[in-house]
Amino acid sequence: MISIKDVEHVALLARLNLNAEEKQLYARQLSDILDHARKLQDLNTGDIPPTAHVLPLQNVFREDKADKHMPVDKVLTNAPDRQDNFFKVPKIV
Amino acid sequence: MPLYYSTAHQLHDMLVSKEISAEEITRAVFNRIEQVEDRIRAYITLTKDQAISSARSVDKARAAGEELPPLAGIPVAVKDNMCTQGVRTTCASKILYNYIPPYNAAVLERLNEARAVIIGKTNLDEFAMGSSCENSAFFATCNPWDTDRVPGGSSGGSAAAVAVGEAVLALGSDTGGSIRQPASFCGVVGMKPTYGAVSRYGLVAYASSLDQIGPFARDVTDCAWLLNVICGHDPKDSTSAPYDTPDYTSFLKEDIKSMKIGVPREYMGEGIDPAVKEVIRKAINVYSGLGAVVEETTLPHTEYALPAYYLIAPAEASSNLARYDGVRYGYRAENAGDLADMFMQTRSEGFGAEVKRRIMLGTYALSAGYYDAYYNQALKVRTLIKADFDRAFEKFDLLLGPTSPVTAFKRGEKMDDPLQMYMVDICTLAVNLAGIPAISIPAGMADKLPVGLQLMGRPFGEGDILRAAYAFEQNTDHHCKLPE
Repeated sequence: MISIKDVEHVALLARLNLNAEEKQLYARQLSDILDHARKLQDLNTGDIPPTAHVLPLQNVFREDKADKHMPVDKVLTNAPDRQDNFFKVPKIV
Repeated sequence: MPLYYSTAHQLHDMLVSKEISAEEITRAVFNRIEQVEDRIRAYITLTKDQAISSARSVDKARAAGEELPPLAGIPVAVKDNMCTQGVRTTCASKILYNYIPPYNAAVLERLNEARAVIIGKTNLDEFAMGSSCENSAFFATCNPWDTDRVPGGSSGGSAAAVAVGEAVLALGSDTGGSIRQPASFCGVVGMKPTYGAVSRYGLVAYASSLDQIGPFARDVTDCAWLLNVICGHDPKDSTSAPYDTPDYTSFLKEDIKSMKIGVPREYMGEGIDPAVKEVIRKAINVYSGLGAVVEETTLPHTEYALPAYYLIAPAEASSNLARYDGVRYGYRAENAGDLADMFMQTRSEGFGAEVKRRIMLGTYALSAGYYDAYYNQALKVRTLIKADFDRAFEKFDLLLGPTSPVTAFKRGEKMDDPLQMYMVDICTLAVNLAGIPAISIPAGMADKLPVGLQLMGRPFGEGDILRAAYAFEQNTDHHCKLPE
């Protein structure tokens, strides 16, 4: 069973603000889903390796030299707020 | 047959013989959109002017005697979670409602090279999370066969558009069945390629180890044509497989004699609607009649695919969606006090209920104390599910079953119970966990609604799947049925 306190803790980790109604709802729904997920514990997976990815992945590297890049103005076109060539955010310190 | 219901290969023949122009085709599709879009609501954004102008440039090139690729001048719709340079890409979310990408997804670059005509961006469940296309922040899409019902999700807009003639072809993305399930509900062909076969560069990430872009089409030939365009290695995507792509049309043969097809008993058991099962049984008879060897088999860990998926996918989602903080793009909450408050408010106001639910679920599964019990255990079960498929493919060329346990359900029916909604994906999830390719093709009707037949293949076994799908299609007429 997921408590309201658990929901509040997870919401903080996920940077979500939930109202009282949402907290109740998610406590109930997450409990239901995780109850169902507990079925996975029935399996003995002691010596089974986890599969995070089905492909044998390798990092993609390029040579460490300056290359053509997107113009700064283009990068900033979607910024909700900007000042000169910077993303503008509320004061931090 | 009206122009908007023609297949890409039929239209291609008409273009080559100069019976018709690309501009005429594009206009016919936009007229169809005007006719039915009020009822269906498949599109978030239409790009009519761009489409007409690219169709004209195809016509001009053809008139000048230029050699053109097969899809030149063919109208294609794109799910709104693939980046389109200069065209709004929303993921059906409030948090991206005003995002205009400064670059194209790799698949868009490929479509442009192929001179296809992009007609618009289709509706989806927000960030591709959902099974009904009702979780869009903008509006719900309707099923063309019965507008009180859902088109399936999350690529419901793309599936509905192709089914009702609002596009000839479309792209979707499939993380747990999001191409195949709506293809099944809407009576069209939909394919999830092998993980890594199509570049994910520019696809807005939901669950990175599962997401794969794939085609929607009205028949198997068109599906192969679109696969030919979108498949292939991309050095910009570290999850793109260095694999030499064959010509997928070379597999379109009717001969499937002695092909070995397994029917996992878990896909035909409890929980599958009897009317759906009946349609699949008839499909099995078609295959036996064509000389394929069809036998029952087993994928013993199937029942664990749903819980494993609903821990792994949300875990990856919670990490991928951490980037939406209102700093660089998208929605930003107004009047937030400090930076931390701005992050919280932006995310709380910008994400919809299902997205928040999955972020919460994923964050929980990854948090200290629960990581091993939930997330790591799910990854181990993923190994067992993959091993089930490996064993089955030692004996069989293909596996066959229903795409969905049910036909299209009524809008609103499952919205209050997420677990019930998640159950709709039980036949498709395991394929994504194992990374293998699978197709859904129209196999008949149950209660006047389409039923999809799912064929699953070995990694990079798209050819076998297409061959078997084509043989079925050539010997039945289910793909010819159209919504009224």
